[in-house]
Amino acid sequence: MSETLLSVQDLHTSFFTDNGEVQAVNGVSFDLNPGEILGIVGESGSGKSVTAYSIMQILADTGKITQGKVLFKGEDLTKWNDKQMQGFRGKNCSIIFQDPMTSLNPVFTIGNQMREAVVLHTDRRGAAADARVKELLELVGINEPEKRMKQYPFEHSGGMRQRVMIAMALACEPDILIADEPTTALDVTIQAQILELIQSLQKKLGMAVILVTHDLGVIADMCDNIIVMYGGRICERGTAREIFYNPKHEYTKGLLRSIPNVSNMKQKLVPIAGTPINMLNLPKGCAFCPRCDAAMKICLSEVPQELTINEDHKAACWMNVKAAYEEASRNE
Amino acid sequence: MSETLVDVRNLKQYFPVKVGIARTIPLKAVDDISFTIGRGETLGLVGESGCGKTTAGRSILRLYKPTGGEVYFNGELVTDKNITHMRKKMQMVFQDPYSSLDPRMTVEDIIGEPLDVHKLCSNRKERHERILELMETVGLNAEHATRYAHEFSGGQRQRIGIARALAVKPDFIVCDEPVSALDVSIQAQIINMFEELQDKLGVAYLFIAHDLLVVHHISKRIAVMYLGKIVEIADADELNEHPIHPYTESLLSAVPIPDPDITRARQRIILEGDVPSPLKRPSGCPFRTRCRYATPQCAEECPDLSDRGGNHLVACWVK
Amino acid sequence: MEEQKPLKKNPLSMQLDLSKFSEETFKAATDEEKRQQDVMGESTTFFKDGMRKLFKNPLAVMSIVVIVLILLIITFAPMIVPYKYEEILSVNGVRDKGAKNLAPFKYSQLEQEYIDNGGSRFPHLFGTDEQCRDYFIRVVYGTRISFFIGFFASIIVLIIGMLYGSISGYLGGKVDLVMMRIVDIIYSLPDMLMIILLSVVLNEVLKFSSGSLLAKLGTNMVSLFIVFGLLYWVGMARLIRGQILSIKENEYILAAKSIGTKPGRIIRKHILPNCLSVIIISTALQIPSAIFTESFLSFVGIGVKAPMPSLGSLANAAREGLQSYPYKLIFPAIVICLIVLSLNLLGDGLRDAFDPKLKR
Repeated sequence: MSETLLSVQDLHTSFFTDNGEVQAVNGVSFDLNPGEILGIVGESGSGKSVTAYSIMQILADTGKITQGKVLFKGEDLTKWNDKQMQGFRGKNCSIIFQDPMTSLNPVFTIGNQMREAVVLHTDRRGAAADARVKELLELVGINEPEKRMKQYPFEHSGGMRQRVMIAMALACEPDILIADEPTTALDVTIQAQILELIQSLQKKLGMAVILVTHDLGVIADMCDNIIVMYGGRICERGTAREIFYNPKHEYTKGLLRSIPNVSNMKQKLVPIAGTPINMLNLPKGCAFCPRCDAAMKICLSEVPQELTINEDHKAACWMNVKAAYEEASRNE
Repeated sequence: MSETLVDVRNLKQYFPVKVGIARTIPLKAVDDISFTIGRGETLGLVGESGCGKTTAGRSILRLYKPTGGEVYFNGELVTDKNITHMRKKMQMVFQDPYSSLDPRMTVEDIIGEPLDVHKLCSNRKERHERILELMETVGLNAEHATRYAHEFSGGQRQRIGIARALAVKPDFIVCDEPVSALDVSIQAQIINMFEELQDKLGVAYLFIAHDLLVVHHISKRIAVMYLGKIVEIADADELNEHPIHPYTESLLSAVPIPDPDITRARQRIILEGDVPSPLKRPSGCPFRTRCRYATPQCAEECPDLSDRGGNHLVACWVK
Repeated sequence: MEEQKPLKKNPLSMQLDLSKFSEETFKAATDEEKRQQDVMGESTTFFKDGMRKLFKNPLAVMSIVVIVLILLIITFAPMIVPYKYEEILSVNGVRDKGAKNLAPFKYSQLEQEYIDNGGSRFPHLFGTDEQCRDYFIRVVYGTRISFFIGFFASIIVLIIGMLYGSISGYLGGKVDLVMMRIVDIIYSLPDMLMIILLSVVLNEVLKFSSGSLLAKLGTNMVSLFIVFGLLYWVGMARLIRGQILSIKENEYILAAKSIGTKPGRIIRKHILPNCLSVIIISTALQIPSAIFTESFLSFVGIGVKAPMPSLGSLANAAREGLQSYPYKLIFPAIVICLIVLSLNLLGDGLRDAFDPKLKR
């Protein structure tokens, strides 16, 4: 495999609110290779979106990267100034958001907004820029691009707007596309269209995609590698098959038990007990421990370290250590 | 089949929409739908946003005044006159656990409101005890009775909403996307609770959702809606294994299945284009603009539901 | 594969120093221990949360302190200061003609003699005016009047606006359309012109029995109240209508309907409590604007009737001797500024603390 495109190392991001510091991301590290589709899955408050925003440095005013590095082709983005980051966004890395309704400016036409993106990041001007906009719209499967360019966002449906957003994100063929819940606001049949589009574009343009979502179905469908997050930390990472068929973290196991089983629909669901994590008041040990059925004494006090299960799979759960310990003591 | 509890016949719900200064045209949110729900049974109602599934649930409970058609509950016609009385037997759980609970009321007052409205408790002590009992039924901690709704997480709020619906001991609850605003791990908690309540209290549900997996899991029968019409209605497993209507077929194939091997192996039918606006409904069959099999006949006349055997009703000319 | 397995052993043990663990570490945690990790936050009501935010806002706290101070002074000062606002100063029953336009803390010749002879005399904190009246007590009474007018004008605005707005908002449809067009018409009337015209007309029409409070205030003030009642409620009515329209859209109203709640109860139990904060905030912001209008009118000479002072009329009277006695303008001006500024800041603080739309 070729060199790493993006390497996030021990990333910590906090939000400083009236009620205190919220540690949204707590030491996340991962590598992204060119042409890879990486899925980050987690519930609300797991820090999955904040991780993506930290890479782009588009956090809200109260948010700050407090520790760690984000290396893009070996250069640390956290040391870059605003101007350099502006160059990075759009040119090297683009993001599409959940809500295509609010991410387009309602008072400008589609063509207008797209032309701006093209002019900003490339040296095409005038007719050349227009041609590029048309080309991009065709690329994302929009019929009659010339007509569409003259229309305003409200004249388009949700799926169409998401296509426009993707076209804009692709304006200068970025190396990385971050998709933050790209289909959550869309209907099932439209979701299928958009997912297919992202997949085919990824193949065509060879970019790396980071897909942030809470939908295990989407993740299973789309991703080569998966990161499971909970409480701002990575629980488990591995290939799609490893995560779905051989989960090694209690949270991942619980998550998979709590969705309807496709092969046996009437099988009773096994929910994860308790309530979602309170980010203002993180547990001292493993973040998942208050909701975990298998929680042990050590889970209460110590954060589990990440261990390699096999070359495609890593997990941070004390249960794995317990298994190793028991095996070792049996062997003695 | 068990005895019929809710019988919806030719329900229509149109909303006037202003075009120009004085002209209005009807928005046919729900256009002539009929189905029945048995006692203690769950009917799933699926469809995409704007297909009228939420409106259907609301007009059955007469939160809107239906434009046409009748709803019979337990054999009795639901009218404006008897609706207050009927609401003791028909209840609703809402989608958004944040906006469906009054932020200025404590949990006790929210759950107690139906008791007050229908004067079901003779004194404060009885009311308090009943509220605590309801809170226990839905798995809420009794010490939280004096707290305000905004202090709870989404799942707990949805539990409060369910306790409110259960307060009057209803026979039928319309669940309007009750889990779609919740995290996956919490969804399972709420779905299980719905199932347990059904076993224990024998309530019937109209379970409205867009998540086909969840609907399939919880429902006995499933109705599929498209642009205000029911296009197919069948037993859950039958519908899932042998979908007949082209829309159901593509809907099922578009659902992302959380299993990498299955989801990557299957053939997806990707529908072209978007759902037409309900204001500009295609003539004839509403689905024909996106349908692979559309024939000239589809543009002329709208197909009615017809039985394809085994209580599997489909509205399609071609299939 | 079969043969490889024992060779590989457990890969985990190689990454770890297992010796630091013991059986104890892997014992199951009790539910109690788990619960301790996951505590629900302190219970706060909407009101408590709002108050906490309000008291975190230094500007709002300062405004509260200033307002409370002013209120204390205007309540208790008349009990302590032995002068009356319309009283022309006299010493031992003799009119003190020398006590004209005294500077703060100065005594007139007569008073000085009196003090020298062993009598005690309360100091003129703000000096005296050109009619030999104690200026401090006049400013205190002026503030009283201004507060009184501000408060009651806001109450009038609130009552009319709330009734009109809630009817319009709740009924909606055609009723709302007609009611809101009426509001638009009233909105377009120039308020100052209306006040001046009305006070002229009312001067002729209204005659009050002397001695009553209304007579003391004068017809100008009564017309001011009437104008407030007629004109200024429209803003409040619009605001409340908007609030009710948006609250009506909330699912909890639909939920209330679905459990069979009657409209009266819905308004009482759900709609009004939810727009209460907005009502309180805008009333708080209405007070300074009413005070301002009153001061302005009194300043141009159509405010309260002499000898009753108001902050505006005091400022107006001070214009004449502005170069010799600037403090006579400065005192009422500062008080107006303080009141209006702190009420405005407090209103803003209340809005930040209680309006959920601004909630982070």
